[in-house]
Amino acid sequence: MGSTGKLNSSSSELDLDRPNIEDYLPSGSSIQQEPHGKLRLRDLLDISPTLSEAAGAIVDDSFTRCFKSNPPEPWNWNVYLFPLWCFGVVVRYLVLFPARVLVLTIGWIIFLSSFIPVHFLLKGHDKWRKKIERFLVEIICSFFVASWTGVVKYHGPRPSIRPKQVFVANHTSMIDFIILEQMTAFAVIMQKHPGWVGLLQSTILESVGCIWFNRSEAKDREIVAKKLRDHVQGADNNPLLIFPEGTCVNNHYTVMFKKGAFELGCTVCPVAIKYNKIFVDAFWNSRKQSFTMHLLQLMTSWAVVCDVWYLEPQTLRPGETPIEFAERVRDIISVRAGLKKVPWDGYLKYSRPSPKHRERKQQNFADSVLRRLEEK
Amino acid sequence: MGNTSSMLTQYDIEEVQEHCNNTFSQQEIVSLYERFCQLDRNGSGFISQDEFLSVPEFAVNPLSQRLLRMVDGLNFKEFVAVLSAFSPRATLQQKVEFIFKVYDTDCNGKVTFIEMLSVLRDLTGQFISEEQREQVLARVLEEAGYTKESSLVLSDFVKILGNSSLKMEVEVPID
Repeated sequence: MGSTGKLNSSSSELDLDRPNIEDYLPSGSSIQQEPHGKLRLRDLLDISPTLSEAAGAIVDDSFTRCFKSNPPEPWNWNVYLFPLWCFGVVVRYLVLFPARVLVLTIGWIIFLSSFIPVHFLLKGHDKWRKKIERFLVEIICSFFVASWTGVVKYHGPRPSIRPKQVFVANHTSMIDFIILEQMTAFAVIMQKHPGWVGLLQSTILESVGCIWFNRSEAKDREIVAKKLRDHVQGADNNPLLIFPEGTCVNNHYTVMFKKGAFELGCTVCPVAIKYNKIFVDAFWNSRKQSFTMHLLQLMTSWAVVCDVWYLEPQTLRPGETPIEFAERVRDIISVRAGLKKVPWDGYLKYSRPSPKHRERKQQNFADSVLRRLEEK
Repeated sequence: MGNTSSMLTQYDIEEVQEHCNNTFSQQEIVSLYERFCQLDRNGSGFISQDEFLSVPEFAVNPLSQRLLRMVDGLNFKEFVAVLSAFSPRATLQQKVEFIFKVYDTDCNGKVTFIEMLSVLRDLTGQFISEEQREQVLARVLEEAGYTKESSLVLSDFVKILGNSSLKMEVEVPID
């Protein structure tokens, strides 16, 4: 790894969204058996390996697979099952859905009617206010989970509030956050969303210490980095939750972890979340669906079934780089949740890969040409 | 609960199969169709350049720009026909023809020194100087019995590349 030296110099500034894919890529992908002997015309004209790689990527690629929604197998294509399914639809949309809307409405009424007075009346008593608000946020999240009949099984010890620790989890949908939040009021780092979610973010969730950023704004990164560092130092702050993938993945794969969470010098507590797709696919495909539509989909399904594992806290080993640390934690989470690891940066959803990648391929080819030119 | 593959009838599949000289099995064509629809995000019936480049593994390929020119704006039938060169069932001749087409940018049936140089430029980038590239190519051409001025036709390519060591196969995943 020749690039680690370069990397360390930049790691002092907390680099949230500009990872070095090269460090994660297996170098084996472009290594064919090294050709030997004198360079002949056919060696120059034979572009078949490069073409095969390109065609292979068109036919199937691991990146797109990460973000593909996998709808549950249809089971209703049968004269006997179809009426049963229709009956299910009626129940889900006409009975369950209204009932759930009602539950959620009640939840909001309870929440808002206590949150607003607490927020404004207890101005002087910060400690109490914080405690109550924390509790209320947990309550409203429980209402949300109830609104999709969330059947969540938590394994492992529940997180406690301590300074100098961050929780990292794999990311499938924004509901990950709600599911984790109903147990513990985490402070989360999240993309700023538009619409009603954005409004919630900037009003209510801000009070539990959540930090927002905008992927597209570069200067945001430094501000967020600073906020992060300040947050983990405070003994009384809510535990910090980071989704280091930076984007929603379909719960079959894990994409690269951004190293930001692993550079804080804190204990990292991995959390693995695995959804059972028996009733609904919990992956939020933000390109195809707004969050509201995603919630409606969940609320009209039978149930959301999922497992959450709080795993053993990890610390940076001596001599380990933050990237290696991030990969180690990704390993732990992937194994526990049964996810496949792919070497891609999730942000490639929003931007093109850097030309460095292509240059490396070009260099390989150029080197082999030049080397063989010398041979006689 | 629609299923994309259900939109292809047996007749459609056979038509596509015929168009690509039976290089793909029916199952493979169904898989390719699903993939085609997945890549064609806006559902326009063809895959735009931008949609192709959204596949990072394709975007980083040194020949991606060149290939884009060949696959731009193709409908599904033509898309399969282009990929058919990569089928294990395609003949060596078909594969060499495909490679020839990649070189022959002006489609006049001849590949000139300039065209070969330009592919080599894509493949090596800044890691070989332009001057050296020309030298290397000229020298290798001469050793093979051609000159800088000669343009190669398809039969030359078949002669040069046409032995069994050409490995150009892509497996279509079937699930």
